[in-house]
Amino acid sequence: MSNKRFLSRALFRRGAIAAAVLLGLTGPAFAGWDGLNMTRGVTELSAKIYDLHMLVLWVCVGIAVIVFGAMIFAMVRFRKSKGAVADTSFVHSTKFEIVWTLAPVVILIIMAVPATKTIIIIEDTRNSELTIKATAYQWKWQYDYIDSGVNFFSTLAESSNFARQKNSGIDPNTVENYLLEVDHHLVIPVDTKVRLLLTGNDVIHAWWVPAFGIKKDAIPGFVNEMWIKAKETGTFRGQCAELCGRDHGFMPIVVDVVSKDDFAHWVETHKPATEAAPDAPAAPAEAAPASATHS
Amino acid sequence: MATSHAHDSAHGAAPEHHDHKPYGLTRWLFTTNHKDIGTLYLTFACIMFFVGGAMALAIRAELWKPGLQIFDPATFNALTTNHALVMIFGAVMPAWVGFANWMIPMQIGSPDMALPRMNNYSFWILPFAFVLLLSTWLVPGGAPAGGWTLYPPLSLQGGDGLPMTIFAIHLMGASSIMGAINVIVTIMNMRAPGITLLKMPLFVWTWLITAYLLIAVMPVLAGAVTMLLTDHFFGTSFFSAAGGGDPVMFQHIFWFFGHPEVYILILPAFGIISEIIPTFSRKPLFGYESMVYATASIAFLSFIVWAHHMFTVGMPLAGQLFFMLSTMLIAVPTGVKVFNWTTTMYKGSLSFETPMLFALAFLFLFTIGGFSGLMLAIVPADFQYQDTYFVVAHFHYVLVPGSIFAIMAGVYYWLPKWTGHMYNERLGKWHFWLSAIFVNVLFFPQHFLGLAGMPRRIPDYSTQFTDWNMVSSFGGFCFGFAQILFVIVIWQCVRGGQKAPARAWESAHGLEWELASPAPYHTWETAPDMSTIARGAQH
Repeated sequence: MSNKRFLSRALFRRGAIAAAVLLGLTGPAFAGWDGLNMTRGVTELSAKIYDLHMLVLWVCVGIAVIVFGAMIFAMVRFRKSKGAVADTSFVHSTKFEIVWTLAPVVILIIMAVPATKTIIIIEDTRNSELTIKATAYQWKWQYDYIDSGVNFFSTLAESSNFARQKNSGIDPNTVENYLLEVDHHLVIPVDTKVRLLLTGNDVIHAWWVPAFGIKKDAIPGFVNEMWIKAKETGTFRGQCAELCGRDHGFMPIVVDVVSKDDFAHWVETHKPATEAAPDAPAAPAEAAPASATHS
Repeated sequence: MATSHAHDSAHGAAPEHHDHKPYGLTRWLFTTNHKDIGTLYLTFACIMFFVGGAMALAIRAELWKPGLQIFDPATFNALTTNHALVMIFGAVMPAWVGFANWMIPMQIGSPDMALPRMNNYSFWILPFAFVLLLSTWLVPGGAPAGGWTLYPPLSLQGGDGLPMTIFAIHLMGASSIMGAINVIVTIMNMRAPGITLLKMPLFVWTWLITAYLLIAVMPVLAGAVTMLLTDHFFGTSFFSAAGGGDPVMFQHIFWFFGHPEVYILILPAFGIISEIIPTFSRKPLFGYESMVYATASIAFLSFIVWAHHMFTVGMPLAGQLFFMLSTMLIAVPTGVKVFNWTTTMYKGSLSFETPMLFALAFLFLFTIGGFSGLMLAIVPADFQYQDTYFVVAHFHYVLVPGSIFAIMAGVYYWLPKWTGHMYNERLGKWHFWLSAIFVNVLFFPQHFLGLAGMPRRIPDYSTQFTDWNMVSSFGGFCFGFAQILFVIVIWQCVRGGQKAPARAWESAHGLEWELASPAPYHTWETAPDMSTIARGAQH
């Protein structure tokens, strides 16, 4: 029954899509227009990356207008059917060749300078205020707050897991945040430079939340690092971005960016109890970095 | 073998050449004739194009809507992996070797390839290699499913399919290397007197450079997969950190092969486009020498950009900068090529037969792939693009409306020479327009999907990606079924049709057009004389 309903909706959708594609029109049912471009994200780096992306995109569009314009002009102007006669002597021009070798070089330099500056900022992981180690497993993430000892696994949420089974009969559209929800969210404080250490336990994975701008591989036996400084609170979702086997598509990443106070409170409630009680001297030391984030 | 009929009629049409050729199965098994071997390669490539295409349609069917409907995730991964291996090693590369076999001897005034028996051997390895590769679907553990890039440790989790895949890759590599040696020896030694290097057609030039790339990098791939084999079966730890190795080292070695491989797939396309645009512009190629130098520059640069495929593995700052800048540099010689093709059309007299239409679609759509390539070179932006559908869109733009459109353009262009008949222009144009429209419906939305955050190589996706995936799948099925027209056009053309003149296109230059259509079984048994060369060698 639901199959039939889906089919009719799929047919309707296909009709709408065909209309959109062929006529350049679209119906209100077509939600795809919302997701055409890269997100600007919520971190300093993601905004820089977005600006860089838009710069290069517009440069490419500009070049495309000129080059495609020239191609179309030639195709319209020099048609044999319109009586065009070939000028077979026009086969070489040193002047042209110098221009169209040097002009791209200049354009490339214009793009390379801001790109280089951004890479330097991305690679600067110094002065971080909080360090979290993320270990990738087939097919889940483990987060380890180095400073406070908070440690947990983060696995695909049950609702998605039921729906994603082959022919589950559950319409993914009825599942909230289908495939982008986990049982335990990673929690980080806002306006804090968080250093993320990445490693893998079995195969190579990659940690990616588009709103944070960067993705980085989690490689078994090696530790990679990246940093996040979120400017807004909220929940941000991403996925593993390196093929890691059967359930590669089913190990999402969900991050809650919370206020510094909320974060301190969250750390207190999630700190392993066993560590605080028997190992008294260690406890204040462990708590110190977390409370430091209040400043 | 469809084209055997063509040769039969060739026999009838050119009795003065006394074509003594064997008939039946043994003709194809034991042939040392460059045209027969070219036909074998092209037929094989065509079959593999449909095998790989069927896998692509299976992928697009699963991705039609969210939820898993047809395949379990492991099978889906095996489909993406095998689609890539079949298309790259089974369809595009053999198609280029087929073109090389057919056209290089005819274009340089040589009676055959220099090493005809090795030529036979290099082809007949391929069917065995692909039977081996495809039979992994039947063994315990299934077909390779770790991506065509075979990254360890993931690829080492494969079952019995792993050693079979590795051995199949060794066979393909051996075949490619033999083909490449043959091309180099032929071009260096068998040019007719008077054809200097800078008088060779661009297709011969681009293939010569491609052949050097093949010889340089296929052994590197063989080394990489052999190390996988010993890591898996003989206790070595090349790529295992636990044993002192490094999984990232595999990626460096693989992409040292993989990036030149990209140019192996596209340089012969540049050559074919450089033949077709001048013909239908009725004007010689603009900037012939700069085209040759641009091709050589691209080939050189292809060796020093490999790590742009793996910016996210965590490289030193200097490494990231080097690979970003060297990658951006490739835009310069590639731009020179696009500008030269465009300027060739200037002050020309253009007509738009099917080969020209495919060449023009190549010009536009390959350039779009070039733009997204430039965007991917920008390291910070690549941190967002890497391993998303943006990358999938990029490389399909350079490979499908790039390499494959050039293959189609070349087939339409030379079919009259191969078969002696003109193909059905009306059907050819239908094939072109359906392909050109739906290839964009198929791949353009994938840019949006990638930018919106959809990772590649996933069998199921979050619901906000549904609409563009449906558009893409719709385009994929239309594009895929439009290719049946291609087979129909070729089949009809082989069987009969309007007789093609020796110079099938009024302004076509090149020694192949000095020969009868269809080209007799043996050609240029005596080298062409100077006046023939002069007529043919105006680029």
